[in-house]
Amino acid sequence: MTVASNASNSFIMSLPSPVPEILTHPVGHGLVMGTIILTFFMLISAWSIWFERRFAGRMQSRVGPNVVGPAGLLQPIADAIKLLRKENLVPSGADKVLFWLSPPMTLFFTLATLAVIPLSEDLLVAELDIGLLWVLAFSGLLLFPTWIAGWASNNKYTLFASMRAVAQGISYEIPLLFSAIVPVVVVGSLSISDIVRYQGEHGWLLFWPLGPGALGFLIFFVASLAEANRIPFDVPEAESELVAGVTVEYSGMMYGLFPMTEYVHTLITSALASALFLGGWYGPFGWAPGVHWMVGKTLFLFFVIFWARWSLVRFRSDQLMRLCWVWLVPLSLLCVCGAALWVVYVGGVA
Amino acid sequence: MSTDHASTHVVTPWTALTPPPRVDPYVDLSEFEADGDLMVLNLGPQHPSTHGVFRIKLVLDGEVIVKAVGYPGYLHRGVEKLCEKLTFANITPILDKNDYLAPMTSEQCFNMALEKIAGVEVPRRGRWIRTLLAELQRIASHLIAIGTFAMDIGGAIGGGTNLFMWTFRERELILNAFEELTGSRFHYNTSCFGGQRHDLPAGWDLGVIKALDQIERRMVEYADFGTANPIFVNRCRGIGVLGRDLALELGLSGPLGRASGIDHDLRRDAPYHCYDELQINVPVLTAGDCEARYDIRVQEVRESIRLSRQLLAGVPEGPICSEKPNIGPTSVRVKGAPAYVAIEGPRGELGTFLIPTDKGTQPYRMKIRPPSLHAVAVVEHLLPGNNLSDAVAILGSLDPIMGEVDR
Repeated sequence: MTVASNASNSFIMSLPSPVPEILTHPVGHGLVMGTIILTFFMLISAWSIWFERRFAGRMQSRVGPNVVGPAGLLQPIADAIKLLRKENLVPSGADKVLFWLSPPMTLFFTLATLAVIPLSEDLLVAELDIGLLWVLAFSGLLLFPTWIAGWASNNKYTLFASMRAVAQGISYEIPLLFSAIVPVVVVGSLSISDIVRYQGEHGWLLFWPLGPGALGFLIFFVASLAEANRIPFDVPEAESELVAGVTVEYSGMMYGLFPMTEYVHTLITSALASALFLGGWYGPFGWAPGVHWMVGKTLFLFFVIFWARWSLVRFRSDQLMRLCWVWLVPLSLLCVCGAALWVVYVGGVA
Repeated sequence: MSTDHASTHVVTPWTALTPPPRVDPYVDLSEFEADGDLMVLNLGPQHPSTHGVFRIKLVLDGEVIVKAVGYPGYLHRGVEKLCEKLTFANITPILDKNDYLAPMTSEQCFNMALEKIAGVEVPRRGRWIRTLLAELQRIASHLIAIGTFAMDIGGAIGGGTNLFMWTFRERELILNAFEELTGSRFHYNTSCFGGQRHDLPAGWDLGVIKALDQIERRMVEYADFGTANPIFVNRCRGIGVLGRDLALELGLSGPLGRASGIDHDLRRDAPYHCYDELQINVPVLTAGDCEARYDIRVQEVRESIRLSRQLLAGVPEGPICSEKPNIGPTSVRVKGAPAYVAIEGPRGELGTFLIPTDKGTQPYRMKIRPPSLHAVAVVEHLLPGNNLSDAVAILGSLDPIMGEVDR
């Protein structure tokens, strides 16, 4: 593989020699990398909220948050302090255990996926052989806290929201998985790092195999938008209909965990999409690998999600289902078939 | 207070009266109740989509509405009763708060009723200014209707607010012009008995023409967001189809009626102000769905911009207010037969029925016919059979103003 040639760009090699002892120990390595990745994703998510609000302000010819700190940069901190200081109200009719359980569950399932997201060749917590499966399994599990929150709140609007969320989540899981299978079929590995390395050698999967790659990326991106409940697929939240979706009865930081994890989850799906289809930490044409490429691609996809959010209106729930079952599922199946045929006839590594 | 009044006067309870024949909006619920799988959801009075405080009691089968009952009245201030205690000159600012998105037409309508009773002729310049202000107000009001409809479809945090903020931005231009004219952005109190209170300042028309140009230019962007966006179109095409017959029976007028094929516009059919001197093109659509109700407002804004330009070009000279039968600095004496005056407000036929007291200083009885009241009556007929999301879209397309529904 290309590890040796990339040595000068790798994170560990850039550290002062000798390499700190802690990084050579598996647990120590996990702790350090976990801290780095977690901090990176949490900070980016927090300030992406600031960025999104400023960006939306520009789009709508208004100002956006600009008061707290220079250009409003301290707004996320102010928001967090405000949420932390608020009382966590539990409605009297709610199922208290489940009500309290849901936000931490959301956080846990979201952050668990970070374990296998590689930011570069060696800037990752663990290189699992089933990394992709791990990510998709945990993001699929995210349905449960949403469902539990909606049910436990004992509110009709949250019930609607959780019902919609479950229907949407189950439906969009299918095209998401099928489109994620495209790189797996082509590369012959479930390890995200392997998939990225393959792209370093053979070019981005977005471009080659042309048909399944591009279409698979599109379907993957759309389905992850739906999984993350972003506009135009945010029918479970649907402020104008369901007030605030499953979070109607939540307050304080209990509420704050939901939007926070939503942003982290969106960021993770952007990172996953760039790792699976856009060459991960490799630049175009495979040169100059490095963490900046991965971060840049992730943030670009993240930005596209914001862009879509502030330009589109939302689907109705049945239109959402129709889009999934009539278009995305057959097309994603077609992608898998196309990728398989490509592997057999054109030349895969399997 | 005498107690024998109640014993001599027998009041028939309204429940005992035979209801007039009507289109039955209700579905037979017995088949659903057997399963017990219906859910009652109170949409409102505090709900983001209700445009104020309007409560709809929805009976839902899953997400499909099987029955809807509207409950207006949460914003009832007793305006009509209050006006009976006020002198005529004091009423105009109260009526500004009725239809809070189109105060100009509210106050014009009342003063026209007063003028009709007294037989006072408003000078041509005064009428001309009223026409101009009514058209500008129609633009401002329709812009809000377009924006809030998009917000109902698109969500308060997301793409829907785009159009919402844009329409507010354009409306600001008109409010700025109104502020320059009247000193107030919202509660103008510029129409008075006999004419107008404020004359057009020098150079005002240039600013308004500039604003109109800007609005017309920016409205091109609305199409990119709205009718050119397939998601937007899918959300409103064929949704909440309001037939012509039902619209007629419910007394719908204005954009709602014209979107359902009722070719009726008081500006053209019963001209008031200076409308008889203008050539008015009345857009009429027959689809009657949410898209038609959105489209008709966009077209009416274009038409109003055209009319406003025409009006600005030819403002006649002369007084803006006629001689009034004053009996004091703030009070007038108006005696005569009761009168009903209807004008074409932004939401439809806005009427005022007025009976002055014998002294002629205040109303004995005043009744306002608000177009929005008829609009919210549609809810019971249109919502059943639709999705909950469509309910929000339909309500948004009706653009009811609770201030004038409840008064």
